[in-house]
Amino acid sequence: MALNAERDTRVSSSTPFWYDPKFRAIFFQIVTLAAVIGGIGYLVGNTITNLERQNVASGFAFLDREAGFAIAEHMVSYSAADTYGRAFVVGILNTFRVALLGIILATIIGVIMGVARLSNNWLVAKLASIYVEVMRNIPLLLQLFIWYGVITVSLPGPRDALNPITGVFLSNRGFMVPAPVEHPIHFYMGIAFLLALVASYLLYRWAKRRQIATGQQFPVYRTALALLIGFPLIAWVVGGAPAVVEVPELRGFNFRGGMSLTPEFAALLFGLTFYTAAFIAEIVRGGILAVSHGQSEAAFALGLRRGMVLRFIVLPQALRIIIPPTTSQYLNLTKNSSLAVAIGYPDLVSIGNTTMNQTGQAVEAIAIFMAVYLVLSLTISVLMNWYNRAIALVER
Amino acid sequence: MADQTLHRTVERAAREDGDAPVVQPPATRSGVIGWLKGNLFNTWYNSVITLVLLYLLLQIIPGLIDWLLLSAVWEPATAEVCRAASGACWAFIHEKYRLILFGTYPYSEQWRPTLAVALFLGMILASCNRHFWKPWLALAWAIVLLICGTLMYGGVLGLTQVPTTRWGGLPLTLMLATFGLAVGFPLGIIMALGRRSHLPVVRLLSVAYIEIIRGVPLITVLFMASVMFPLFLPQGVSVNNLLRAQAGIILFAAAYLAEVVRGGLQAIPKGQYEAADSLGLTYWQATRLIILPQALRISIPPLVNTFIGMFKDTSLVIIVGLLDLVGSAKAALTDPAWRGFYRESYFFIAVIYFVFCFSMSKYSQHLEKRLNAGTRR
Amino acid sequence: MRLKSLLAAGAVVVIAGSALPAAAQGTLDQIVERGEVNCGVTTGLAGFSNPDSEGNWTGLDADICRAVAAAILGDAEAVNFVPATAQQRFQVLQSGEVDLLSRVTTWTLTRDTSLGLNFAPTTFYDGQGFMIPKDLGVTSAMELDGATVCVQPGTTTELNLADFFRANDMEFEPVVIEQLDEVNAAYFSGRCDVYTTDASGLAATRASVAENPDDHIILPELISKEPLSPAVRQGDDQFLDIVKWVVYALIEAEEYGVNSENVDDLLENSSNPVVRRLLGASDELGGHLGLSNEWAYNAIKQVGNYGEIFERNVGSETPLNLERGYNDLWTRGGLMYAMPVR
Repeated sequence: MALNAERDTRVSSSTPFWYDPKFRAIFFQIVTLAAVIGGIGYLVGNTITNLERQNVASGFAFLDREAGFAIAEHMVSYSAADTYGRAFVVGILNTFRVALLGIILATIIGVIMGVARLSNNWLVAKLASIYVEVMRNIPLLLQLFIWYGVITVSLPGPRDALNPITGVFLSNRGFMVPAPVEHPIHFYMGIAFLLALVASYLLYRWAKRRQIATGQQFPVYRTALALLIGFPLIAWVVGGAPAVVEVPELRGFNFRGGMSLTPEFAALLFGLTFYTAAFIAEIVRGGILAVSHGQSEAAFALGLRRGMVLRFIVLPQALRIIIPPTTSQYLNLTKNSSLAVAIGYPDLVSIGNTTMNQTGQAVEAIAIFMAVYLVLSLTISVLMNWYNRAIALVER
Repeated sequence: MADQTLHRTVERAAREDGDAPVVQPPATRSGVIGWLKGNLFNTWYNSVITLVLLYLLLQIIPGLIDWLLLSAVWEPATAEVCRAASGACWAFIHEKYRLILFGTYPYSEQWRPTLAVALFLGMILASCNRHFWKPWLALAWAIVLLICGTLMYGGVLGLTQVPTTRWGGLPLTLMLATFGLAVGFPLGIIMALGRRSHLPVVRLLSVAYIEIIRGVPLITVLFMASVMFPLFLPQGVSVNNLLRAQAGIILFAAAYLAEVVRGGLQAIPKGQYEAADSLGLTYWQATRLIILPQALRISIPPLVNTFIGMFKDTSLVIIVGLLDLVGSAKAALTDPAWRGFYRESYFFIAVIYFVFCFSMSKYSQHLEKRLNAGTRR
Repeated sequence: MRLKSLLAAGAVVVIAGSALPAAAQGTLDQIVERGEVNCGVTTGLAGFSNPDSEGNWTGLDADICRAVAAAILGDAEAVNFVPATAQQRFQVLQSGEVDLLSRVTTWTLTRDTSLGLNFAPTTFYDGQGFMIPKDLGVTSAMELDGATVCVQPGTTTELNLADFFRANDMEFEPVVIEQLDEVNAAYFSGRCDVYTTDASGLAATRASVAENPDDHIILPELISKEPLSPAVRQGDDQFLDIVKWVVYALIEAEEYGVNSENVDDLLENSSNPVVRRLLGASDELGGHLGLSNEWAYNAIKQVGNYGEIFERNVGSETPLNLERGYNDLWTRGGLMYAMPVR
């Protein structure tokens, strides 16, 4: 039906109009649309009736009400006296944090493991494939339970905390490190860092253009690193170099002060990272294998060392194959972070879940879940597609 | 690696060359020492890595073996005996394996799920053989699933009726994954075709469905199935929890399967569509006779991978209160007399999941090779 | 395609066919017709409802379901246990999936009025408390400022906890874990300083999970009242009456010394008019409830009186080792007071 839509323009006018493919296409679409809208309308109608009957409030007004429950990890200030809306923000930020770190770590470990599977060291290759097979074939939920158990059981309590370096403590309450006390200069340091980023990018563009034009190379990476460290450092010195550092110390029940990485966060991060890394490793391996053997042989013939061949010849080509499936792994990792609810990391789903129980407003909470994850997924897709286009083979 | 290939080629060339005397390679390049040298200690950094890894393995493996095997309690015993021992408590598994495998299914009737699972596994094994990939296989599957369902539910042939609320463990896990695939697949095909349709409304609806479902975690879909489904239904009608979760999994699976099928559809050369058109086939004829058979064939390996994913993902139904394999393992841990044997319980089900998923993924790799045999350059 | 749409239609019919009509007739009629009581329980909480090694549900809440089934159908085993999570419990009751929710549910005004359900008499009086390792040297909940507290989400427990610390101007760090065994493991591994849940749960956990129960103390303060009660759908007064009076009958039986062992003997020989009325030897009380006259006899004979149920599931002979405390009869200083069965 669909394929005929544009082809048959020569239909004689004597044919009845229901044989006209254009009419059919429109008719069929109207029917589909009507069915879908009707179906959704029916469900929505039922939902409204049921909510009224059960006397459950609807609408998003509850977001302004006091939440009344506490959240352990919050990147913005939060207390039980804050609103449900703010609790959701805390949850979204927590989801965002674990997803971002997870993606970075999973990529690093995944690439290492993927390359390791192809190593000419038999032991390395075997251990890497055992890692990949074990991780891929056990449900993530189960792995999270196991990680959480391992972390909380095997580390000592806060009073016997491991203290490898002064000011750094490792216990089953988490990993505590000293942190600078909050100061307005940090804001300006952040701005300086962003400026350095922009400057590095411009530098990179300039160096590339110069190399194409003149063949001269410029040490871009070292300069960029210097900029990224230098700019914030200058801002800090200009601001009077405030150097108040808060060292975590055991007070009462627990460590106070400093920055901490909680066991829940660690378990979730490890679980997500190692699980996803196994999939990324397979993608990387497949990508490398897909690069024609002649390429690396030619590179070896040019006298490049093994590491250089991998870095300059194989990986850039493999990247084109690797990026699209890796994107979906990033999406999976982000979505899988919702399993946090099982081990007590206060992510979006965990907080939404509590809210759902307190207010009974399941429809609204689930709508928020869906909206947030869709936005996150779309953002990752857009970024990765943009990157994919940037590295795609430009055929001349 | 390149080294070895070269080495072998030279060797073969030497052998084929009849006149030249066959010279054995030096001892450092063959036998155990040669293998070690070639595979573990070929460069200085490889030697360092090997030694470090060997040291780490020596640190871990003896303790693991001791816990798993040597100090473990193997014979049926009480929890007290287990707590006194330093190794794993397999007595716990001995006490609880039926609860873990079959959930709260009536104890005296557990031969029924056993038989159903055995039938099901037999069917899966049979389906692995490509000679059986005929239309009657689908019929055989339908019959076997019907038999499995009858065995589980009962109510006929003198079998007592067992409500779905008592189903649990492995049969539940298998059922959720299988029906997710079986029902999700036709839906997925329709979505995939819809996504490639020339009708904008159909395409838009399909894309919206696929992308929304793929954009959200399974947990939220399950929450929706568990908490919101009852609100969707008119007053007085309710669907039980198991069916709701199953429906959620089906809706979820359909979106992923649609993408698998779409991959297959995209791999079909345009000439196939054009040839079908030129034969005067209608859209549905062309799709049914020309396009889908080829597209589905290409989709089989990713389909197996999707099934593995589904099989693992069913573990999330524990969040909506179903006692699947993970759920029943956790329920086994709530027995006041036997609390605290987390490791054994998790290890036991991890092994079950691993055996299933690993063999399926190996099969899918094998299949990929075989199916590509004809098209490989 | 025609085949597929047929299949799809078939699937819809199958699903719709398995849907249960809930509101068409009274709950009692449905149960009698079905031959089973659908009863909502936890997915596993020691002492209240958890599956044993053979997959049979045991526990105090499970036994309340059995008593109701025995009273209505004469068979304590005619129960279909439906495990539900904390989030789902009210939904499964409202939608008609279960007839009776016996799932450690606290009776509160909001729940009673806004969730479309009614509560039957309390079957277990509880209160939220704190457990803490003895070596931390804490003797009162007022000394908990700055502590890390393990708690399960989705219940009133989480709110009570936050309220308590706010009311006393103290800080705490929650560790919120959904699964009971996970939260227990977190406390005993030292992840938290304090574990908070209902006092019965604390005692149960201390008795059964702790390596050495004497290393942990339960602080004297109870920060909330938690009357755990069975619940039924609103709008079916007959069934509410049945559940209500089954619970009272179990308590009344204990008060008058009727138990599963001597119930036959007392039915024959008792001259106490209260006992005779209760067991149906005189008067027609069952008829008022729409049940047979042996309703209470069946429940007591097959399940036991309240005291027996308590001792069997959570009492001193069990790993949970709970005191009767508030759950003792009013005559012995507890709160268990049955309205007169007459």
